[in-house]
Amino acid sequence: MQRRRRWNLRRFSQLFSALDATNKTQEKVAAMADYFRSSPAEEAIWAVAFLCGQKLPSMVSRTKIREWAGETAGVPDWLFEACYDAVGDQSETISLLLGGGESSPRSGAQTDEVHLGEWVESRLLPLADDGEQDQKRKLQQLWTQLTPQEIFLMHKLLGGGFRVGVSQDLVVRALGEATGVPVPILAHRLMGKWKPTPEFFAQLISPDAGATHDRQPYPFCLAHPISEDPASIGPASDYLFEWKWDGIRCQAIRRNGILSLWSRGEELVNEAFPEVLRTLEALPDGITLDAEILAWDGERPMPFTSLQRRLGRKNPGKKLLSEVPVVLVAYDLLEFEGQDLRELELDRRRELLRRLTEAHRDLRGLRISEGMQFAEWPEAEAARSRAREMGAEGLMIKGRSSLYQGGRKRGIWWKWKLDPFTIDAVLLYAQRGTGRRASLYTDYTFAVWRGEELLPIAKAYSGLNDEEIAEVDAFIRKNTLESFGPVRSVKPELVFEIAFESIQLSSRHKSGIAVRFPRIARWRRDKSATEADTLDAVKALLATLR
Amino acid sequence: MAKVDLLQLRPEGLYCEIGDFYIDPWRKVHRAVVTHAHSDHARWGMGRYLCAEEGRDLLAARVGTASLIQGVAFGEVVHHRGVQVTLLPAGHIRGSAQVKVEYQGEIWIVTGDYKLQNDATCTPFELGRCHCLITETTFGLPIYRWRAPEAIGHEINAWWRANQSEGRTSVLLGYALGKTQRLLSLLDPSIGPIYEHGSSAKLTEIYRATGCALPPAKNPTQEPKGTDFAGSMVLAPPSAVGSSWLRRFGDVRTAQASGWMQIRGIRRRGAVDRGFVLSDHVDWPSLLSVIRESGAERVLTTHGYAAIVSRYLVEMGLDSTPLETPFTGEANAEEEEVEPAPV
Ligand SMILES: [Zn+2]
Ligand SMILES: [Zn+2]
Repeated sequence: MQRRRRWNLRRFSQLFSALDATNKTQEKVAAMADYFRSSPAEEAIWAVAFLCGQKLPSMVSRTKIREWAGETAGVPDWLFEACYDAVGDQSETISLLLGGGESSPRSGAQTDEVHLGEWVESRLLPLADDGEQDQKRKLQQLWTQLTPQEIFLMHKLLGGGFRVGVSQDLVVRALGEATGVPVPILAHRLMGKWKPTPEFFAQLISPDAGATHDRQPYPFCLAHPISEDPASIGPASDYLFEWKWDGIRCQAIRRNGILSLWSRGEELVNEAFPEVLRTLEALPDGITLDAEILAWDGERPMPFTSLQRRLGRKNPGKKLLSEVPVVLVAYDLLEFEGQDLRELELDRRRELLRRLTEAHRDLRGLRISEGMQFAEWPEAEAARSRAREMGAEGLMIKGRSSLYQGGRKRGIWWKWKLDPFTIDAVLLYAQRGTGRRASLYTDYTFAVWRGEELLPIAKAYSGLNDEEIAEVDAFIRKNTLESFGPVRSVKPELVFEIAFESIQLSSRHKSGIAVRFPRIARWRRDKSATEADTLDAVKALLATLR
Repeated sequence: MAKVDLLQLRPEGLYCEIGDFYIDPWRKVHRAVVTHAHSDHARWGMGRYLCAEEGRDLLAARVGTASLIQGVAFGEVVHHRGVQVTLLPAGHIRGSAQVKVEYQGEIWIVTGDYKLQNDATCTPFELGRCHCLITETTFGLPIYRWRAPEAIGHEINAWWRANQSEGRTSVLLGYALGKTQRLLSLLDPSIGPIYEHGSSAKLTEIYRATGCALPPAKNPTQEPKGTDFAGSMVLAPPSAVGSSWLRRFGDVRTAQASGWMQIRGIRRRGAVDRGFVLSDHVDWPSLLSVIRESGAERVLTTHGYAAIVSRYLVEMGLDSTPLETPFTGEANAEEEEVEPAPV
């Protein structure tokens, strides 16, 4: 007897149902673990890929799918639209229009199991090479073969993936439960780029710790933000403090002569940063650094916008390389002489890192992140308030005895950022700058409204680029109202967004308040002076402090 | 000569001028024909009520004035000022009726709420032919196509068994009138004990008293202190979620049975663990087939997607307009059971 092959997604679909039916983490993990235990490698690895957020290439136009689905269901455009409004999701709308009702295929029908991988490879991926007519015909065929939920999943996969409240961390935990392979090993093996093949799955769950792939990074240790009193996390002396840089967090790996530069998003960024590769090449083999790539002007970091010019630009030219030079600032040493150091305490790893960077002092492109220690929290707070002048975003706080653990583990690493307040203020006075900019008016005083009056609230001189400075300078010269000494008062017309770290009451200021570390966030060309903030609005920020 | 509409919309409700009565009025009137006992159709304070005999006691429980209610058998013709009024079964809940109004050969049918699917707790829907059909469109979108209730019943029983095997109590939420009894009829009492909330118990009693056989369901508040409810099934209205009443059951799994559970977003936003798609309203394919087979040239729509269904019918060549009514259809929360304040 001829058995009908119904190319189903039954197993994966059941997993999806189970994940969708609960919001309890442990139940999600248990459902995935069951699934991994009972699924062949060809199926499981595709599920791992999808659940970790890997996406299929875009193959069929979303608009076309919508058009064909409407046509097949006999539903005019406006009615499809009304359905979509009720459902809120195109894949689900299609599944309900085409797969619902009593005529949907029964799972009890005689069908052959086809695993997810074969299904994806034989049914979905070939759509990429088909013309529209073939795509339509094949989709129509699939719609008659699949259950509503399978149709939903198929369109989610075609449309770039789905969310079912599962993170890579949970997938790894489930794989760990199903296979007995330690979670950190699994997480490590899932880093970087891989293809969903049964061979990769076999490596992934192989019990022998095995040699690490030459390019493979470790799961990044991530920090939690500190939102309350930092003393709540224990004595300051338990922690190592570093500047929190606004660059590109990366792992720099050299194994068997192969150099890899991985960004936090697990992108290989080798080609964007050739000078970092040269630095890495000068280091001994078998090392992995947890580091930050920073644009560096010789003394301090350049703004992130400069670094952005380098990012995503493969094989940068000489001009760009000299305009935006980058350095590697090393935070941590994760692997040395081929040994995984993650089980060592931070103090120990930093000691090894210090020795390594000492030995390579001559490498201009390599810096060690400055480690600071404080006996008391107020000292740490004082350091944090200097972050802006350092060109940093705040402080990183790392437990001195902490091991290097992948993911956002609580209580190991903290980030203590300066969080700027912003107000819109009017340029009221200007003064010439110093040094290179002595010929330009670059130091500004900004004001906010109290009734009909503008009251000075902040002085700031950084934050504009050269073109903007020249433009503001020209405005000042043309619109000077009075000059007293080096200071000019100008027609209140230009509005800027001013960012600052803190605000407090002050009897020394006419406005009655003082802001700390003000800087120009951006020029609000879209606003007129009358639209600037009022003093009352600024004072309201005080209330947000405590 | 232009024909006068047999029924027209008045501030009080849908009115038959020739017969001088209202159908499911929402303000106090002297004479009301009531399709069924849900609160958006059956309101307190009418002078006299006419309803299907099958639903008479339920309506009395809802509006409180049994002596004013006249029950008639399905299919019996009531003559009133030259108008013939016939109640046809609507299959929505026990005693739910469609109202057929006939005058000098012109026939209008008001469906009330209805469904075509099997439901052991009420007389099945009966199609009537008419010139003008006033139909509900609570689920009037093509995404709403119901699976067989027997299959949903199997899923519910399987869910109950699975919870039981984990030592948990199953709490299944549905409206006290209609849904609870239909769910009860789908449960397999051999799995374990069934309990029901006090708000539906007296209605369930009326179902039984009027000839509807249902598995027994106990009132949990009347069980001795310290009773272990693990493994049992509890039927409760949606308003029981988060109440102290629910606490007695210990480790529970909750589910809701409603047509809205068809939509994943609604299912997930709800406070329950599981959603079963079980509705007492007509779905899209049945709606279209009823309209077609009624022979109506004119279709007026109420509830939910009235405007959309109407536009679709116009594109199909029918005369159709939506009617503005305060009917709520299958409320997504517990609204269906909220008794509106007397106007
Ligand atoms: Zn109803
Ligand atoms: Zn209704």
